Amino acid sequence: MTLSVVGALVRRQLYLYQRTPMRLVELMFWPLVDLIIWGNVTVFIQRNSSADFGAYVLFLIGAMILWDVLFRAQQGVSISFLEDVWTRNLLNIFVAPVRTIEYLAATYAIGGLRIIATFLVMSVVSRIGYGFNVLALDWWLVPFFLNLMLFGWALGMVSTALFLRWGQAVESLAWAVPFFIQPFAAVFYRVEDMPSWMQPLAWCIPATPVFEGMRQVLQTGQASASLLALAFALNALYLLMAGLLFARVLHVVRTRGLLTKFATQ
Amino acid sequence: MRSIEPLSSREVILEARSLTRAFGGITVLDAFSFRLHRGESLGLLGANGAGKTTAMNCLLGLTTPSSGDVLAFGLPLGSHRIGILRRTNFSSTYTALPGNLLVEQNLRVFAGLYGVPDPARRITGLLDLLEISHLRRRVTGELSAGESTRVSLAKALLNDPELLMLDEPTASLDPDIADKVRRVIRTVQRERQVAILYTSHNMRDIEEVCDRVIFLHRGRAVCEGAPADIVARSSRRSLEEVFISIARDGNVIDASPEVPAS
Repeated sequence: MTLSVVGALVRRQLYLYQRTPMRLVELMFWPLVDLIIWGNVTVFIQRNSSADFGAYVLFLIGAMILWDVLFRAQQGVSISFLEDVWTRNLLNIFVAPVRTIEYLAATYAIGGLRIIATFLVMSVVSRIGYGFNVLALDWWLVPFFLNLMLFGWALGMVSTALFLRWGQAVESLAWAVPFFIQPFAAVFYRVEDMPSWMQPLAWCIPATPVFEGMRQVLQTGQASASLLALAFALNALYLLMAGLLFARVLHVVRTRGLLTKFATQ
Repeated sequence: MRSIEPLSSREVILEARSLTRAFGGITVLDAFSFRLHRGESLGLLGANGAGKTTAMNCLLGLTTPSSGDVLAFGLPLGSHRIGILRRTNFSSTYTALPGNLLVEQNLRVFAGLYGVPDPARRITGLLDLLEISHLRRRVTGELSAGESTRVSLAKALLNDPELLMLDEPTASLDPDIADKVRRVIRTVQRERQVAILYTSHNMRDIEEVCDRVIFLHRGRAVCEGAPADIVARSSRRSLEEVFISIARDGNVIDASPEVPAS
């Protein structure tokens, strides 16, 4: 992997933000809207429940912030790819000496930068507006953050593979894919509160042990190490599967001559 | 002014060996072979659907051929793609540079992708050569067709390529700009001994730029030679008439339709 190539691809995305400050607004707008809605819901529940439950329900804000890590990571990968499709630049990239791993690494880096920017803003706003201190998650925050980012990258790679195979017809998946996962990921409720048929599916998703762990930490100050181990193991599996899918789709797209068809649409 | 060194003695830069490509049972490129030498410009001609774009895509590694091989700089494209692409570049009417970046930003990004040393100096030199220095700080998406084409050409020359593939580089340009573009291409070819693969529907382009052309018809190479020789061998008055004749009925104008790997 050549770092200067990755750097050039990242620079291209940073130029976009420099050229179009509205992109920064977009980056912050929806997370803040979500935070305000869930923050107000939390306040409402706190005022209408017992003191213990009122303290516990603060996890809704934490869930919102962490969910956004996953969502932004997935978007960072898929939107970076779509930018090249929208600007008819994809062919220029594919005939440049850019390895697939370098292209993906650049989209991951962009995803990472987007997450950090959003996370910082949301953390400050949640602290000031709703008294939720994300640092209450202590060092557990690091593996939680890391696992959600890895899962977001895996989902981003799957979305990108689908764009490559079916072109702009499936563009809306860039936004939709994480929401297919969300009901099963135990973001805003515990796995044990789900219908029984959903629970086995929930434990197959790397985000589930992270959100379960977050609730444990907020309640007891500790999370089960086995939850983290499960999250990392599932992520390794998902990233491997997503990588294999991406490589397979790239092969099919080249074999069928599909790349040039939709890259010049 | 063309080099007088015979082509056969020059290094082969790009070679297609019996390239065949079928889509859904329809063969769109049929056992296509050719060699492109250093400093030579080869025109790929044919009507829409003749197989030019498919050939170009196979040569760029964008489409995998059903059978046959592509070698560039003596190396198989499949196993040496990155090394080959570092020495190659491409420009097409059908692609664009990101319209939301400045011209200079786009060129800086691609300079990074191609590992161009001293990119600022290289970019300045190319903008001067193409007479578009005044566009450096302009938004790419707001350029005219002629300006865009020249910026794309600047991108295609960034890495000082030894092999340049140009897909209809003068399409939709006015005669003045088209002439400027052709002059730049000829200058680069002469001074840097670049091997150029060129597709165009503009026979003026072909006659001015190409040393040799290959006509494709329904995926097969049906005629090859220097543009003037082809016209002389035919009963037609111009290369355009030859094009029309081949496009309409694949009429092969000489007695040696098979294209040898020269």
